[in-house]
Amino acid sequence: MRIRCPYCGERSNDEFTVLGDADALMARPSGDDAAAFYDYAYLRTNPAGQHRELWYHSAGCRRWLVVTRDTRTHIIADVALASTRGDGEAA
Amino acid sequence: MKYSIFAVLREGLRGGKGWTPAWREPEPKAHYDAVIVGGGGHGLATAYYLAKEHGLTNVAVVEKGYIGSGNVGRNTTIIRSNYLLPDNTHFYEWSMKLWEGLEQDFNYNAMVSQRGVLNLYHSDAQRDAYVRRGNAMRLAGVDAELLDADGVRSMAPFLDFNNARFPIQGGLLQRRGGTVRHDAVAWGFARGADSRGVDILQNTEVTGIRVETGRAVGVETTRGFIRAGKIGLACAGNSSRVAAMAGLRLPIESHVLQAFVSEGIKPAIDQVITFGAGHFYISQSDKGGLVYGGDIDGYNSYAQRGNLYIIEDVHEAGMALWPAIGRLRMLRHWGGVMDMSMDGSPIIDKTPIDGLYLNCGWCYGGFKATPASGWCFAHTIARDAPHELNAGFRLDRFASGRLIDEKGAGAQPNLH
Ligand SMILES: Cc1cc2nc3c(=O)[nH]c(=O)nc-3n(C[C@H](O)[C@H](O)[C@H](O)COP(=O)(O)OP(=O)(O)OC[C@H]3O[C@@H](n4cnc5c(N)ncnc54)[C@H](O)[C@@H]3O)c2cc1C
Repeated sequence: MRIRCPYCGERSNDEFTVLGDADALMARPSGDDAAAFYDYAYLRTNPAGQHRELWYHSAGCRRWLVVTRDTRTHIIADVALASTRGDGEAA
Repeated sequence: MKYSIFAVLREGLRGGKGWTPAWREPEPKAHYDAVIVGGGGHGLATAYYLAKEHGLTNVAVVEKGYIGSGNVGRNTTIIRSNYLLPDNTHFYEWSMKLWEGLEQDFNYNAMVSQRGVLNLYHSDAQRDAYVRRGNAMRLAGVDAELLDADGVRSMAPFLDFNNARFPIQGGLLQRRGGTVRHDAVAWGFARGADSRGVDILQNTEVTGIRVETGRAVGVETTRGFIRAGKIGLACAGNSSRVAAMAGLRLPIESHVLQAFVSEGIKPAIDQVITFGAGHFYISQSDKGGLVYGGDIDGYNSYAQRGNLYIIEDVHEAGMALWPAIGRLRMLRHWGGVMDMSMDGSPIIDKTPIDGLYLNCGWCYGGFKATPASGWCFAHTIARDAPHELNAGFRLDRFASGRLIDEKGAGAQPNLH
């Protein structure tokens, strides 16, 4: 599997570290809502199909990326910097 | 038909004409008292124990492919009960005890081979951790022996004891651990369940779970709707997808694990040996092939095939442990999709939906659990309450903080 990093170009996936579901992990709720925090920390949609996920280019530019990948075929539809999302905050 | 030496002799003389299929291919009935979704080891064992221990025989196992096409037929066949935390220790030890009597119990040769499982240590800290684990096991009545380097050398002289980075200092040995012929486990449970009246419905995919006023009442399948008094899910790597049919989100990610087999060689390694400085474990099959594996690929996957960098990683670890295997050719490799849970431990429980029961979260180690998992899940379904042995494997433990995290890795499935 190769990931096209916006900074470094197409690189082998073993240069990256994967964290998991981007939509779940980037929507961190405040700590005082226990039910929402349980959802965030533990529950995952885990789809068979398109999955937006956080990858860290640890052996490259060290940026967090949101990779949209099909979990059945490993075909990557899109790679974007995690920090370019609306509120400008890096995950 | 009962299998025995006499049956083999009789059929040998009759040209094998008297052998009958090991299970039927029935048409689905309109209603069952219990439907088990997933004809892997756990689903088949559940049906077997529902019939045998609880007298529930109007039961169906619904399998989307053929039985044994999932992880039960893809694993590296290791059984052991060398866990640290009490919930796991007692549960897996019960599984080991069931393995020890299984072949007589279900009248099928599953080639249960208690050849020993040896976990190597390479540092003082790792030895201390194994001392602690061995003591925990012995306190729970499980066998465990700590070996020094000479003790390991007498069992496996071919290992690289003086490896510059990871010298072998010793190992923790569970002699009762070993391997089992994985396909035969599926077939044996299937035959045992079928002979007690359970319908095994192959090539029947569950496409929906019907819930009426908070109660699960049946499953939609590719062969029509089947009404069910109770529904048990045992879908391993596909647990999230099937549970989603009832609106449940699970603390599970699906990941791929690979396994490898070398060309066949003469008997070389008697035990299952695991490397302590990287993720690598190896044993030898009766056909002579070395059977080995290592880490999961690390990203969510429903593809039953793995990636090249893990192949490299596993072989590097193998070479560090046993350099002579570099002369062998790898014959086959494959992948299976596993249900990695958020604390690395399984779930066998009721769900918030009445009549719907859940069995999942087996990670890469659920084969050894097969008999106990089926036994406990059958109890949970039949009695509508968990058995003492699976009382800790609750679905709500993630919300209540009662995690069972052997590695202390946290809510990161790809680290367990
Ligand atoms: C490469 C590899 C090596 C492993 N090595 C070991 C080992 O050495 N020791 C060990 O203890 N464990 C090992 N494991 C883990 C072990 O194999 C699994 O944890 C265990 O087999 C899972 O339970 P199961 O047998 O019921 O799963 P499966 O055999 O996968 O059964 C689940 C079944 O559900 C069916 N299903 C899914 N969705 C549907 C649907 N919608 N409708 C109907 N049916 C459906 C599937 O087709 C499948 O047959 C390994 C796993 C892999 C992949």
